[in-house]
Amino acid sequence: MIKIEHVTKSFGRFKALDDVSLDLEEGRTISLLGPNGSGKTTLIKSVLGLVIPERGTIEVNGQRVKNNWQYRSHIGYMPQIGRYPDNMTIEQVLNMIKEIRREHTKYDNDLVEGFELKKIQHKTMRSLSGGMRQKVSACLAFLFSPDILVLDEPTAGLDPVSSEMLKEKIIHEQDSGKLILITSHVLSDLEGITSHIIYMQEGKPLFYKSTEELQEITGEEKLNRIIAHIIKGQQQALKKGKEHENHR
Amino acid sequence: MKTIVKYVFLDLIRNKTILVYTVILAALSISVLGFDSNTSKGLLSLMNISLLFVPIISILFATIYFFNSIEFIELLLAQPIKRQKVLLAEYIGLASSLSLAYMVGIGVPLVVLAPGAASFMLVSTGVLLTLIFSSFAMLIFVLFKDKTKGIGAAIILSLFFTILFDGLLMVFIYSFSDYPIDEVVVGILSFNPIDLARVLMLLKLDVAVLMGYSGALFKKFLGSSAGTIYSFSFLLFWVVLPLLLSVRVFKRKDL
Repeated sequence: MIKIEHVTKSFGRFKALDDVSLDLEEGRTISLLGPNGSGKTTLIKSVLGLVIPERGTIEVNGQRVKNNWQYRSHIGYMPQIGRYPDNMTIEQVLNMIKEIRREHTKYDNDLVEGFELKKIQHKTMRSLSGGMRQKVSACLAFLFSPDILVLDEPTAGLDPVSSEMLKEKIIHEQDSGKLILITSHVLSDLEGITSHIIYMQEGKPLFYKSTEELQEITGEEKLNRIIAHIIKGQQQALKKGKEHENHR
Repeated sequence: MKTIVKYVFLDLIRNKTILVYTVILAALSISVLGFDSNTSKGLLSLMNISLLFVPIISILFATIYFFNSIEFIELLLAQPIKRQKVLLAEYIGLASSLSLAYMVGIGVPLVVLAPGAASFMLVSTGVLLTLIFSSFAMLIFVLFKDKTKGIGAAIILSLFFTILFDGLLMVFIYSFSDYPIDEVVVGILSFNPIDLARVLMLLKLDVAVLMGYSGALFKKFLGSSAGTIYSFSFLLFWVVLPLLLSVRVFKRKDL
């Protein structure tokens, strides 16, 4: 569904993405993990066409991303920080995006109803709290039931009930054969919804494996334990390498 | 594209800063026109107020608005729509609401208190200046990544055109006063939209000769109608140039 081939992107001297090649297929919920500045957001933004890589190609459903905009009708995007024009109401924001994406006539209103946005639809965006704005962003991403969902830190500002509702929605969408790409720092939130994990480090994917595979390799059950196990192993390997060098 | 223009416009006409701007302009024009029975004088004062405040307020407000909308623009760019369209729609929505504020604040009192060709000229030059400086703001937005730096650039640019440019021109005229530099000065003036707007107004008010060097020059070299057409086309050029440049830069910008 999304094919990333040899993508490189640097900001000045800093290489945000370093020759990344990934194949993201449908029916998966893929978590993008990694420390700050490891290139997660840059990768997502490259797929959306917000960041233009200097080398490599990205294809979404067979369509090249570069100099193209039609492919984005297959994507729903939920940004990390949702800021909207101050005086727009929730209703106006929803209507605006609906009018932009005219080719869709059927709307998936599950989240709009779940979050009870209808009741407060005349409130202006300025008067909403961060979590409320996050809910609006989530609704916009799911509204057109796109084949691909890109969620950047979706549960960061949500209350537990809403967060749970969003998770259920994600699982539901995955079961109907969609591709979901999530970045998050809250590993416990990804528990039970993620089918695959990509771990990014210094602009490169360290590994891209299914959760079952990782559980087998590490012998751990929980997501945060798995990640900790791998990072520890890696650090030890690095240490050993250094000691080896020192001995010589 | 029309959709985005519509919603940006609807958002901005409820913006408090724009409302305050409209009210202040209206209060100024009513008091200035009511103060003196001589409408020509009143129009001159209004012109000076417009030439000073419209550029600075337009560019500052527009720059801040663009930088504050960056997350929203990102969300729009993630929708199936062309990049240029998003940017131009933001510009049109913003520039039209600022122009509307000017037309209501200055235009309505003028129509009531001093209808005539000169009033029409004042409103149209004010609107053109609004369009020009919002367009500069957009160029600043696409060139700078950082909001603070962008606002700094906006302040410097507007001060350059309102104050510094004329100062430099004076230095130039004084140091080359022994040479026939009249045509050159007319040429240089075309690089400052505020001067062009001033010339346009002065030609219309027929006080060109009284109002200093630039007005007299235009009158002498171009005559009223040719001078008007010349300044108008250059003002339009100043709207379009930053727009085209920013669309070009924006095509390759990383957000």
